[in-house]
Amino acid sequence: MSGPGLLASVCAVIERELRIALRRRSDVMTSLIFFVIVVSLFPLGVGADPALLRTLGPGVVWVAALLACMLALARLFAADHADGTLEQLSLAPQPLMLLVLAKTTAHWLTTGLPLVVVAPLLGLQFDLGSEPLLVLIASLLLGTPTLSLIGAIGAALTLGLRGGGALLALLILPLYIPVLIFGAGAVEAVAAGLGAGAHLSLLAALFLGTLAFAPWATALALRISME
Amino acid sequence: MLSVSNLECVRGDRSLFAGLNFSLAAGTLLAVRGANGSGKTSLLRILCGLLPPANGTITWNGTDIAEAGEEFRRNLAYLGHLNSLKDELSAVENLRLSLQVAGIAGDTQQLLAALEWSGLRERRHQACGSLSQGQRRRVALARLWLSRAQTLWILDEPFTALDVASVERTRILLETHLAAGGIVALTTHQDVAVAAPATHTVEFAP
Repeated sequence: MSGPGLLASVCAVIERELRIALRRRSDVMTSLIFFVIVVSLFPLGVGADPALLRTLGPGVVWVAALLACMLALARLFAADHADGTLEQLSLAPQPLMLLVLAKTTAHWLTTGLPLVVVAPLLGLQFDLGSEPLLVLIASLLLGTPTLSLIGAIGAALTLGLRGGGALLALLILPLYIPVLIFGAGAVEAVAAGLGAGAHLSLLAALFLGTLAFAPWATALALRISME
Repeated sequence: MLSVSNLECVRGDRSLFAGLNFSLAAGTLLAVRGANGSGKTSLLRILCGLLPPANGTITWNGTDIAEAGEEFRRNLAYLGHLNSLKDELSAVENLRLSLQVAGIAGDTQQLLAALEWSGLRERRHQACGSLSQGQRRRVALARLWLSRAQTLWILDEPFTALDVASVERTRILLETHLAAGGIVALTTHQDVAVAAPATHTVEFAP
């Protein structure tokens, strides 16, 4: 398959996902609203002490982002599995790995990216300064794609299982821990006056590592789930 | 040429079939018959590589289909039980995007011609979720109509839910493909006589 053909297929997968997301906006809004509400509940629960909120902020935003990503994962392959699109994807001449990467990209565009966009507004509730807010955006931009990539493996492994949702959380949340530590750590470091460079580099490394490995593992898991 | 030797399929702990051998040359129709649950769908899924066989080999032009990979899949059009249509998208969007994913070039004229063929041109902008079962099957068959460049067609109950005129249209489509040197592997419960230069029948005992 020539390069342009490959690119056309990848673009077609992304376009299809985005068109569907546009027509089922409630799905996209669910995880976004979940994120906004969870983050907003904390200042109400722990009180309005600015120092406490500044300490809690990065961790709260990151944990909520993690859970919001999880919430949308179950949908990643379920519909394609139910309507037969997944069979057609795996029978396409292009490597399934690349089509999976395209699907994951679309998933991030519809779940991860909206979180990044609203996060600064939520950060204000925690009295984060301008520099920590910028680092929060950067860390989410680097971290949420990793969440989508790792999550895709779990979604593929639990495809078609009864009680797959709970199993998915058990499988995936432990793997999210490094992203959480370095993501929240980056914001805390810059708020404490240290640079966030090291944390962000590690997040970027995590992203590149999973980018190389996760689509392959997801494609393998999908083929097993389809048998 | 698709060749199968000593094929065995095991589902659960039950062997559905074993020792299956056949070769399908250009222009051959493979008709798979048998009761529900006798292994027809499993055979088709094995033939297109979705399901690994318990035993035996399947070769496409002399190469194992697992090794031929991309080369094999580029020659394959598969229509399963499921139509692989997105409810949210219209017929024309579904067709365009699924062909593009499969790497088949189809311009707007061809898409319209395919929908014209399946009698859905007027409904091309309607979301597929609002079409009837038979109409959805016809959209899936329109994709097949545009897959004439693919040699090997593997079709699982293609006539399900179709009206008489659509069955007839599909039968002619299959006959044209076979006459042009295509290979069709087919399961059906309907009594549709597809004429082919050569026919091979696999009959599964219940």
